[in-house]
Amino acid sequence: MRIALFITCFNDTMFPRTGRAVTELLERLGHTVEFPQAQTCCGQMHFNTGYRPETLPMVRRFAEVFAGYDAVVAPSGSCAGMVRDHHRVVAAQYGDTALTEAVDQVAPTVYELSELLVDVLGVTDVGAYFPHRVTYHPTCHSLRMLRVGDRPLRLLRAVKGIDLVELPAADSCCGFGGTFALKNADVSNAMLADKMRHVLDTGAEYLCAGDNSCLTHIGGGLSRLRTGVGTMHLAEILASTEGDTR
Amino acid sequence: MSDRDNVVWLGTPAFPEAARAALADTRLRANLRRATATIRDKRLAVTAELDDWEELRERAAAVKRHTLRHLDHHLLRLEEAVTAAGGTVHWAADAAEANAIVTRLVQATGESEVVKVKSMATQEIGLNEALADAGIRAYETDLAELIVQLGGDRPSHILVPAIHRGRSEIREIFLREMGDWGRPAPDGLGDDPRDLAEAARLHLREKFLRCKVAVSGANFAAADTGTVVVVESEGNGRMCLTLPDTLITVMGIEKVLPAFADLDVFLQLLPRSSTGERMNPYTSLWTGVTEGDGPQDFHLVLLDNGRTATLADEVGRQALSCIRCSACLNVCPVYERTGGHAYGSVYPGPIGAVLTPQLVGVENTASLPFASTLCGACYDACPVKINIPEVLVHLRAEAVEAKRRSRLLPTAEALAMKAAGWVMSSPKGLAAAHRLAALGARLVARDGLIGSLPGPPARWTGTRDTPAPAQESLRAWWRRTKAVNETQGRTTAEEEGRR
Ligand code: SF4
Repeated sequence: MRIALFITCFNDTMFPRTGRAVTELLERLGHTVEFPQAQTCCGQMHFNTGYRPETLPMVRRFAEVFAGYDAVVAPSGSCAGMVRDHHRVVAAQYGDTALTEAVDQVAPTVYELSELLVDVLGVTDVGAYFPHRVTYHPTCHSLRMLRVGDRPLRLLRAVKGIDLVELPAADSCCGFGGTFALKNADVSNAMLADKMRHVLDTGAEYLCAGDNSCLTHIGGGLSRLRTGVGTMHLAEILASTEGDTR
Repeated sequence: MSDRDNVVWLGTPAFPEAARAALADTRLRANLRRATATIRDKRLAVTAELDDWEELRERAAAVKRHTLRHLDHHLLRLEEAVTAAGGTVHWAADAAEANAIVTRLVQATGESEVVKVKSMATQEIGLNEALADAGIRAYETDLAELIVQLGGDRPSHILVPAIHRGRSEIREIFLREMGDWGRPAPDGLGDDPRDLAEAARLHLREKFLRCKVAVSGANFAAADTGTVVVVESEGNGRMCLTLPDTLITVMGIEKVLPAFADLDVFLQLLPRSSTGERMNPYTSLWTGVTEGDGPQDFHLVLLDNGRTATLADEVGRQALSCIRCSACLNVCPVYERTGGHAYGSVYPGPIGAVLTPQLVGVENTASLPFASTLCGACYDACPVKINIPEVLVHLRAEAVEAKRRSRLLPTAEALAMKAAGWVMSSPKGLAAAHRLAALGARLVARDGLIGSLPGPPARWTGTRDTPAPAQESLRAWWRRTKAVNETQGRTTAEEEGRR
């Protein structure tokens, strides 16, 4: 199976370690991962902020760069959701039928990490080892756009050594929302405060999620308050093995 | 838009600013947290117990879609059926027209006061104020609406307009204001919910018995029979709909249903979604006029007020399917923290953020479509499956386009988005931006973390530490370590050059 890694622009620059973890994990499971160097961004920020014309070239590039793979994996629920749900909307809006067709071809091959593992590769026990107390925040787009359901939790439960604790009010939004965090900074902070309170209530060492953008927001708050709670992308926990010092 | 129009309250600041004030109000926050949590849990319990809940939602959405597509047809059928049953139908293009019609109808009766059933449509057009200008007193009879009216306040929730008030505040309002409006509150009134309800009951009773004219809204109207439906839970509506001689109903044109039988699905969905009850306590249905029973003079005012324009928008029109259950407000993490007033409209919360801009023009309410994280909780809760996040991003695009059109110079945000668009559309641009960011971060980061920064970045960095960009991007790492794919990278880079 030819699997392409769509790292997403945010992870590329801020969290390359997540991309390395996805690669390590999939290679450990016996798959080959390719990284098309021409990839850039899914266009989510522009689309969600109302900048449609600026989104179009990114939609076009994505469809070109990722055409022809058996599966494309993105370690981000919201970027995978952008491609699957919204690329078509953009292509159709500009009446580009060739692009719409190209999007219809590529979009169904795009998976968020937990979907790829559970649905496509058929594994829940990926042979990981992570001896820490962890709580999981299901990010909104994974939960309500992609409907990944309990796939990430099933993967985490199979991790050796993990002490997985339930996050209270897990499905309420953390308040990130992309440019929302800047445009409505006060509301965003109010939501962040509640999310942090719930995380702290679990006594977890690490907060885990499938999206580094939400984790940057929540983790940034946890760090500023010197809570000592760390954040870790799902891929990084799943990539951890017994020999690791992580 | 007339100045009486309440769709938007003139003078309310943009959402982020209005929200800031609300967030600082401790009492408001506590009231909202308690009220929304209670109603959320109730709704979840009663929707989970139905196996066919999703099917019901799908059926309701389909009925609404069909109705909106053939709205003109069904409205004419409704007019015919209501007229045949002895009622009179009036058409109002906007708030001013609707207010003039109702005022004239009340004046024709010779009365100077009316009792009101809770109604969003009459809130939307500012009917009470218009009637007051004509010397007619309108008495709200829904408990929460009464609290808002006595308090000289504005509604902050579709279903529970006084959700922002706690019971001690309500007690104060009753003691202070009831005497000016009629029967005063009993001496020594406590703040027990039962005592408060009893005070309202006594206060309202004399109005029910005295008033000869009632004004209501409508939840539904069946086009085949001409039957109008009001759904309420206190019995005040039943009083207003049966005791007076004259009944005037103001209804948004989107409330029509093709057939009486369609009520089946909506009367299952509405109570479970709105109050978390299995069945609605008081469901009043009437068809025109029945001799010797109830009001002998019935008028139905069909209100457009921006709805036809909304209907023309293929993505936005789904907002007209709304049955005003308020589930989207109760599950919204933004609404839960700011309350309704911050939205500056009678329609707050997620549905307000998509409906208000469409009714009055997105350029007049440009901050509303952005008052959401797009978390999608509203879409999941909506009994008629309105894809609120979809409409929000659609309206955001319209807001940006409206700004582009109205300004000679682009905004700072537009420039930033343009630059980011350019960078993000090319791997070279992205790589260059990364190198620059990584370099810049070295200047401000300590132990790999960026702390508080001055200026606009403070909106983010004021409360959050930020990791510095990694020194080596994944793209660069891959080039360095995965030689096999190097050729592939080069090929695409060459293609890049040709483009
Ligand atoms: S949009 Fe949906 S959930 Fe919100 S009030 Fe209307 S019907 Fe209810």
